[in-house]
Amino acid sequence: MTTSIQSVERAAAILRILAGAGRPLRLAEIAGALGLAKPTTFGIIRTLRDVGFVHQDRTTSDYSLGDGVRHLERASVDPHDLRSHAMNWSDALASRTRLEVLIAVPQLDGAHIVHHVFRPDDSEQDLRVDEVLPFHATALGKVVLAFGAGMASPSPELEAYTQRTITRRVTFDAEILRVRERGWASERAEFIPGIGAVSVPLRGFGGLGVGAVAVSGPLERIFRHAGGPHDEVVAATLETASAISRSLGVRT
Amino acid sequence: MSTVIAAIDQGTTSSRCMLFDRQGRTQSLAQREHHQYFPQPGWVQHDADEIWRNVRRLVPQALDQARVGVRDVAALGIANQRETTVVWDRTTGHSLGPAITWQDTRTSHIVGDLLARGEEERIVDITGLPPHTYFAGPRLRWLLDHRPGIRERAVAGEVLFGTIESWLIWNLTGGVDGGVHVSDVTNASRTMMMDLSTLSWSDTMLDLLDVPRAMLPQIRSNAEVYGTCVGDLEGVPIAGAMGDQQAALFGQTCFSPGDAKCTYGTGAFLLVNTGPERPRPERTVLPTVAYALGDAPPVYAVEGSIAMTGSLVQWLRDSLEIIETAPQVETLARSVDDNGGCYIVPAFSGLFAPRWDPDARGTIVGLTSYIRKGHIARAALEATAWQTWEVVEAIRHDLGQDLESLRVDGGMTSNHLLMQYVADVLDVDVERPLVSETVCLGAAYAAGLTVGYWADLNTLSHHRHLAAVWRPTMPPAVRQRESTQWNRAVEHALGWMTPPAT
Repeated sequence: MTTSIQSVERAAAILRILAGAGRPLRLAEIAGALGLAKPTTFGIIRTLRDVGFVHQDRTTSDYSLGDGVRHLERASVDPHDLRSHAMNWSDALASRTRLEVLIAVPQLDGAHIVHHVFRPDDSEQDLRVDEVLPFHATALGKVVLAFGAGMASPSPELEAYTQRTITRRVTFDAEILRVRERGWASERAEFIPGIGAVSVPLRGFGGLGVGAVAVSGPLERIFRHAGGPHDEVVAATLETASAISRSLGVRT
Repeated sequence: MSTVIAAIDQGTTSSRCMLFDRQGRTQSLAQREHHQYFPQPGWVQHDADEIWRNVRRLVPQALDQARVGVRDVAALGIANQRETTVVWDRTTGHSLGPAITWQDTRTSHIVGDLLARGEEERIVDITGLPPHTYFAGPRLRWLLDHRPGIRERAVAGEVLFGTIESWLIWNLTGGVDGGVHVSDVTNASRTMMMDLSTLSWSDTMLDLLDVPRAMLPQIRSNAEVYGTCVGDLEGVPIAGAMGDQQAALFGQTCFSPGDAKCTYGTGAFLLVNTGPERPRPERTVLPTVAYALGDAPPVYAVEGSIAMTGSLVQWLRDSLEIIETAPQVETLARSVDDNGGCYIVPAFSGLFAPRWDPDARGTIVGLTSYIRKGHIARAALEATAWQTWEVVEAIRHDLGQDLESLRVDGGMTSNHLLMQYVADVLDVDVERPLVSETVCLGAAYAAGLTVGYWADLNTLSHHRHLAAVWRPTMPPAVRQRESTQWNRAVEHALGWMTPPAT
C-alpha cells in the first residue's frame, strides 16, 4: 500500500492545468481551479518555477508551462550559466591546490568540458574547453555518469588509453558503485600516463547531478605514494563543489 | 600573525572591500550595492553619504571574514569609479547635493559653451581631454552654478570638491576632525582641470570653468602615505589611490610600454601603457596617467572606452527577451555557425572611442529572412570584438604602438566564444589572469609597494598567473572581409540624430 505525497500530487495537477490552458494563467485562476488557498498554491508554483517546470512572465507575472517539462531529457542547468557560477570558485581552487581545474557537464558520449582553469605555474597550456572525456577512463567522466540523470552510458567497447584504463564492463560497474558511495571519483593514469585527477559532482535541484568539477595534475600531486588521493586535494574539491552548488541556488 | 593588505573598490553600482595576502591571493571579500538615482533623462546620481556609510560597514565585514584584526592590516589602497563629482561641507562633513556620476550628461550646455567659444584646441592641449560631459570639471561648475551659496563658501575654503577617492580618504582620515583632502594623479587627470604635462591644477582651466582653487584637493602620486585611518581601521596608513581603470591596469601588472589590458563589463575600457612620455594621440583615444609611484616620474597610458558591451547582452535579455540569463547568450550564439551576414553596431548612446560620435545610434544591418536569434546573439558578441579592434587599430595608427597580447578581466571574460573572437579579430593572444578582481588588486599593490609589503614591480609581476589563454585562429582573408563589413555597418550608424533646432 502506498501513500501519496500531497504537494507532489498538487504539483502534478498544476502542471496539467497549465498544459491544458492554452494561455498563461494568473495565480488566482490556478488556485481557484484547484480549490486551494492562494498562499498554498504559490508555494508549490514557486518551487516548480525554480526548477524550471513553470515559466513566469516577467511583465504580467502570469504562469505557463516551462521548458524544463517539455524537454525533461535536457540538463537542468545551462552549461554557460554553470560556468558563470563556477568561475570565481574554480579560480580559487586552482590557486589553492596549484592544480588545473576543469568543469564538465554530461553529454551522450562523455563529459563535455565547459570550463578550464590553467595550472598556475606559467607553463604553456592549451584551453581544453569543448573536449569530451570518456566516461570510463576519467574522474570527470565517472562522476557525470554516476550522478547524472542516467541518459548517458558508456559504449559497450571500453577503449584502453593506458595500461591502467578499465576495459572490463563488470570492473567499471563496480567502480561506479564505489563512486556513488564515496561521493567523488579519482583517476590514476587511466587516461593520460602520469596524470591523475579527483572529481566531485555539482548538484542541481533535488540533488540531481548537473555536472562535475575536477582537479588534475601529475600523479604525485594528486595521490599519496601508496594509497588514495591526498586528503587536502579531496577536501578542497569537495568544498568547491559545495560552494558552486549553493551558488546555483540549491540547498545542500 | 601574517599581515594582509586591504583594498576598497568603490564602483558605479557597488562598493567592495577585499583583503590580500603576500602572494596576492584573496583572503576575503565584502560587497554592498548603493542606490542609483535617475531624476531626469540623462541625469545619473549617487548619494555620497550613503556610499561612505557603506564603505565604513564593509571594512569590519572583510576583517571578520578573513578572521584578522586591524593590527594585521599593513596598509589600505583605494580604487574608485572615476569622474563622479562630490562636493561637501568641511564643517559638517556632509555632502552638498548629489554625487553626479560619470554617466550623467546634464553639463552638455556648459560643454557646448566651451566649444562655441573655440576653446577645444586649448583644452585638449592642456588636459589631453576633449570637452565632454564625461569629465568632472564641467560637473563641478554645474554644482557651483546651481546650488545657492556654495560658490562663496567654496572660495572661503569651507566647501570642498573631490572625486570619490578624495571623499573617502577625507572621511577615513577623520573627516571634520583632521580629514586629509587629496586626490591622486589618475583621478585628477579625468577632471579636465589638470595639466597633463605638469600634473598640477591648471590656472587656465580653472579660469575657463570658473572654479575656485581653494576647494580643490592636493594632487598626489598613486603610491604614498596620504594619512592614517581613524575609526574601524584605526592606525592603518592609506598608502595607495587610483582610478578604477588605472587600478585594473596596475593589477594586471602592465608595467612596460605596450602592455595592454581590457576590462569587459557593462562597457569596456582598453588601456595601453605608453611609457614615460606624454602621448599625443589624434582625437581617437584619450591620453591619461597610468600611474605615478611616490617620487618616481609618471608613466602614461592611452585609454579607449567602449560604451556598450555587457549592457548589449543585458538588452537582449531584458528588452528583447531572447535569452533568460546573460551567460546564455553564448549558448544561443553557438546554435549557429556565424553571424549569417548581419552586424550590430550598438551605438545606443552614441559612439565613444575611437569615433566619438554622440549623434550615432544603434543599428542592425544585413538582415534577411535567414537570420534567427542565434545570429543576433552572435552579432552582439562580435560587436564587442570589433569595437575593441577599432580602438587597437586607432592606437596603432596614432602612436605606432602594436599590441603583443591583451590581458583581460571583467564579467564578460566568462564568455569563451567572445574571448576567442577577440583573439581572432585582434590577431594576438588574449590572456586572463587567475585573480579576476584586478581593480582591488591594483589598489592593494600600490599601497603594499608604498609600505614595503612588496619590494618592487618585479615582485608583483611574479604573482601573476595565467588562468586561460585564447590564441588567434582566424585566417587573414576572413579577418579582412569581416573588418570591411564591420566598417560598412558602422557607417550606417553615424550621425543618426540631427541636433535639435536652436
